[in-house]
Amino acid sequence: MAVPTDAPAPALPKTRGVQRANELAERLEKLLGPDLFPEGARVQPTADGIPTLWLASERVRDVLLCLKHELAEPYEMLYDLTAIDERVRHVRDGQPSSELTLVYHLLSFSRNEDLRLKVPLEDGASVASVVDIWPNANWYEREVWDMFGIRFDGHPNLRRILMPPTWKGHPLRKEHPARATEMGRFELPDDRYEAETEALRFVPEEWGMKRSTESSDFLFLNLGPNHPSVHGVFRILLQLDGEEIVDAVPDIGWHHRAQEKMAERQSWHTYLPYTDRVDYLGGVMNNLPYVLAVEQLAGIEVPDRAKVIRVMLCELFRIASHLVFYGTFTQDVGALSPVFYMFTDRERVFEIIEAICGFRMHPAWFRIGGVAADLPEGWDRMVRDFLKWMPPRLREYERMALENRILRARTVGVGTMTTEEAIDWGVTGPNLRATGFDWDFRKTRPYSGYEQFEFDVPLAENGDCFDRCAVRAEEIRQSLRIIEQCVENMPPGDYKSRHPLATPPIKDRTLHDIETLIHHFINVSWGPVVPPGESHFNIEGTKGAYGYYAISDGGTIPYRLRIRTPSFPHLQVLPLISRGLMIADLIAILGSIDFVMADVDR
Amino acid sequence: MSVVAMLFFIVVLLFALLAAAALLTWVERRLLAWWQDRYGPNRAGPFGILQAFADVIKILLKEDWIPPLADKPVFVIAPAIVAVTMLLGFAIVPLAPGLVIADLNVALLFFFAMTGLSVYSVTFAGWASNNNYSLLGSLRTAAQMISYEVFMLLSLVGVVILAGSFRLTDIVDAQRGMWFFVPQFVGLVVFFLAAIAETHRLPFDLPEAEHELVAGYHTEYSGMKFGLFFLGEYLGMMLSSAMIVTLFFGGWLGPPFLPPIVWFLLKTAFFVCLYLLLRAALPRPRYDQLMGYAWKFLLPVALLNIVVTGAIVVATRSPAEVGS
Repeated sequence: MAVPTDAPAPALPKTRGVQRANELAERLEKLLGPDLFPEGARVQPTADGIPTLWLASERVRDVLLCLKHELAEPYEMLYDLTAIDERVRHVRDGQPSSELTLVYHLLSFSRNEDLRLKVPLEDGASVASVVDIWPNANWYEREVWDMFGIRFDGHPNLRRILMPPTWKGHPLRKEHPARATEMGRFELPDDRYEAETEALRFVPEEWGMKRSTESSDFLFLNLGPNHPSVHGVFRILLQLDGEEIVDAVPDIGWHHRAQEKMAERQSWHTYLPYTDRVDYLGGVMNNLPYVLAVEQLAGIEVPDRAKVIRVMLCELFRIASHLVFYGTFTQDVGALSPVFYMFTDRERVFEIIEAICGFRMHPAWFRIGGVAADLPEGWDRMVRDFLKWMPPRLREYERMALENRILRARTVGVGTMTTEEAIDWGVTGPNLRATGFDWDFRKTRPYSGYEQFEFDVPLAENGDCFDRCAVRAEEIRQSLRIIEQCVENMPPGDYKSRHPLATPPIKDRTLHDIETLIHHFINVSWGPVVPPGESHFNIEGTKGAYGYYAISDGGTIPYRLRIRTPSFPHLQVLPLISRGLMIADLIAILGSIDFVMADVDR
Repeated sequence: MSVVAMLFFIVVLLFALLAAAALLTWVERRLLAWWQDRYGPNRAGPFGILQAFADVIKILLKEDWIPPLADKPVFVIAPAIVAVTMLLGFAIVPLAPGLVIADLNVALLFFFAMTGLSVYSVTFAGWASNNNYSLLGSLRTAAQMISYEVFMLLSLVGVVILAGSFRLTDIVDAQRGMWFFVPQFVGLVVFFLAAIAETHRLPFDLPEAEHELVAGYHTEYSGMKFGLFFLGEYLGMMLSSAMIVTLFFGGWLGPPFLPPIVWFLLKTAFFVCLYLLLRAALPRPRYDQLMGYAWKFLLPVALLNIVVTGAIVVATRSPAEVGS
């Protein structure tokens, strides 16, 4: 086998994670007594070095309560909650027996550390709900129920969330078919059509709502799934008293494409284009957490040039996405013109992206081990032109939008979120920074070489609609700074790693040595065989924190791929921040949250 | 004018107004596009000018659909009301000396009667549609239009004091020395804002705020019924521009190198464009902010304007003049 030029060093984070997990396990045992852990194992080594503990299902709540409230440096955020169907997994060395494993992913800001808690379950078992500990567990638990059929005792309203209410089966279980051709012919006769339609009817009582009080009857407004301001297909049911919102029930799942299920039948390489479509405004930014997770699992070290190219493209996409946000947000509060100017700028970003990648919105241009091709001739001129073009435009937008008195009257103090609420509800990214909390994965956990760049993390104070917009407007400037540094300091070298698992391999040596030829042949025909293990990677995406949790069973396809997206928890906060406001405020809030439904539903 | 001549004038004016309203849709789209760095409709005919007529044909040929749960008679009457009242409003507008259909001595009150009646159109439409968005839109409209009508009326009292008449030709004649926008600048501002709210154009387009209420009171309308609302909106815009010109900018008055009617049309076109520019430039305030602005700011300003104007007139003019 050809010696990889960049020798992997996966052992280091692995052992560190195990060590941290052991320390934490001892601490927990001291606080909560024995029998916290299932028989057989309690600490699991993982490729990503995230401390991973197995917990007995009866003690989950105690441990989570302790971790959030009693520990000196607590785990403040429920970052993700998902499950794994382990029934056909081969490589489970040192793990307790489990049919369905529940995975809590916690994030501690004070420690700057993640924690993964796994709960082994028999099929059909149920677990205690943790909605009272973290309110954002509500939707996550519903998703796990919907996808795996794991019940949560004490959940306030455990019903399907992504699949239609009439769906049979739980899609992410391994026995559930993945393609329409495996499911028999689809028919929609009149009676079924009626039944499906009826199943979507909103019944306020199911959500604990009253239809009237002594003094007034409520109006229930079904806003969406098709509505000009819901940015995609999103339905929100409003309980109105006049124009005032008494309560709201967001209803998602209309854009669900089973991204996670599709991963289980795509090779590691061919899944890449799917990631582009998770946050369809983020383009290659979506490739990044995926390839980083897989590279971490495979032990691939990416050459510097590839890292800087990745950073540059990600920041270009951040600008493109923020411009869409900026334009649609101002449009949502009624200003018709700015969106056209901003789309003109976005067009210039896309020209650069097209010149480099050959595609505009969904280039799928990152590869496991690097990027698809080297930069084309003259790329730097285009980027430099853009760097000159953009700053005066941004100033103009500020005068046009942010400094406009009507816009300020519409957005200042509307949809306010405190930092505590934001963290409790799993809010990340610009929405979290708008509350004044300084957390940016590019700074706190630099990846792909972000530690080499000079940039500021814009913050605001009040966490209202205006702040969410102002933070993003400033982030465009910071992204321009990063891009400028990329242009000035683009390192020479390979655009892709020479590691045997980099796919598709750089071809120049293939006809000169047999080993590279074999790897090329295998990686192109089967796809890379990624060593078994688990790996999670977080990045600071356009809309917040994106995390891909890749599990390999030692094959050419992922055993399970979990996509943690920011918009899912962000939408869940809607009722909290829109109660007592008016419909027009809700529209401003929807615009300011900056979500895309593809990202919510996956 | 003889009866025949008058009938001829009415027919010409009617067609001119309808054509102008249709053309205005094209003008608006082209101007908006120009301000927004894009092309707008530029394919049908020279500069896309035939787009307006293509749209008229399309809208006439569309299926005339009434939602099954709607209150049919009211649903049908509603769009007619707005088109009719707005067209009737033009009857009192003097285009040039002698060129007016009805030179009423209560012309200004007639204008308010017509705009007042058009509120019914929107309220009926929203109520009859049996749709939540329409209902919210029509409630907003009713509140908005009724409140803004108050200031609209109050803002013009100053003009009436200065001219000493409700007759529009008298008001124009009274401006020969100085156009009223100078002494009545406050009145002009209040009237202009109220007129935007009356015609529910952006930034005061809350009754149909598409980002909030889909299309507000006319969500359920299609085909020519929708077309009539559209027509009403554009006629309203032209009518209020014509009123602004007549009341504050000397109507047909202007240097003699152009005929009076051209002066009148030019001035009116200017204000119509101002309407369009506002739409391109400003965001939309919230419903309660709009109402608060009306009652807490415009009302006192309009009342103050009346008192000050009255005081100045009493102080400067001889009792005989004031009494007349």
